[in-house]
Amino acid sequence: KYIHIINKADMAASKGLKILVGCKRVIDYAVKVRVKPDRSGVVTEGVKHSMNPFDEIAVEEAVRMKEKKLAGEAVAISVGPPQSQETLRTALAMGIDRAIHVEIPLAQLEKLQPIHVSKLLAKVCESEKPDLVILGKQAIDDDCNQTGQMLAALLDWPQATFASKIEPSQDSKQLRVTREVDGGLETIDVSVPAVVTSDLRLNEPRYATLPNIMKAKKKPLAKMSPDQLGVDLQPRQEVISVEDPPVRKAGAKVESVEDLVGKLREKGLVK
Amino acid sequence: MTSPPPQLRSQVIALYKNLLYMGRDYPKGYAYFRDRLKSVFLKNSGVKDPDQIKVLIGRGEFVIKELEALYMLRKYRALKHRYYEKDEATTSATTSSSDKKAPTKTQ
Repeated sequence: KYIHIINKADMAASKGLKILVGCKRVIDYAVKVRVKPDRSGVVTEGVKHSMNPFDEIAVEEAVRMKEKKLAGEAVAISVGPPQSQETLRTALAMGIDRAIHVEIPLAQLEKLQPIHVSKLLAKVCESEKPDLVILGKQAIDDDCNQTGQMLAALLDWPQATFASKIEPSQDSKQLRVTREVDGGLETIDVSVPAVVTSDLRLNEPRYATLPNIMKAKKKPLAKMSPDQLGVDLQPRQEVISVEDPPVRKAGAKVESVEDLVGKLREKGLVK
Repeated sequence: MTSPPPQLRSQVIALYKNLLYMGRDYPKGYAYFRDRLKSVFLKNSGVKDPDQIKVLIGRGEFVIKELEALYMLRKYRALKHRYYEKDEATTSATTSSSDKKAPTKTQ
């Protein structure tokens, strides 16, 4: 009877996909971003940070797949400064099983690019061997929309980006992903392992309440360094300057059609 | 009247802590939220009847649900406004409102 229970536990863990979810710590979406006076970047000191909203959607999808028994284990990973641990704790509070933190020293943080992150993630995938990697489609701070695609290329895995739905394919051997594209929706079947990036309408993420945050402190959180993973963080780009977008010129309200035509004539837009 | 059971007291304190934690994301600011939360709890601190306390705790938990919905809607709307075309937003407003499911709540 005892042996039965152990076998059941093994089955529960080995059944279903193993999912790796990427999370990034970014300036909170609701914060009014300010450019530094020296135009080298934006102000981050003392500014509220939180998990990238598209990554929250990715985490939520992994947790839902676990609840639906499509996935057996969900692991969250974050590449960033020591404070990224808080971001991982939020992921754990939402239902992720364990977390990995690839800590980046402060000096190299500002120069970190998607190329470096995707190389780090690829290295972790070599050891973790997930069946599915879910990332947010883009980060709201740099809006690169590159990490998922680069990761798939490095691993030579299929990619399904801008996913608005993930489900098993007809024969249950692949994943059927519905993608949001310019023309509408595209549905594709991808074999696993694969990389998927989440779009806004994939799901509605749950809020990580305080009791769940406290419970998450007991979940395992492993630390790694880029050196351990053997990835070179040499920057390939140099930020020349960061500036505010041009201020919108004030518009003028007109009282009548004659006024409008008159003003357009003044500006030389109408003869 | 006997004083309420100690479990209720710890429930009330836990409720206060949870609401305070959620106040960090409040649109009008943490200070605004915290001051109002404190005054409301202080106003009801004299209640001794266990049934009445349970009703008030239930009200507090309802506020938590309302805040979760507020935060989710605000974030969704902000992201939709920033990342998607205006005419796309109007067409998806009709489809997404019809298949929008109730968010799953954590325990």
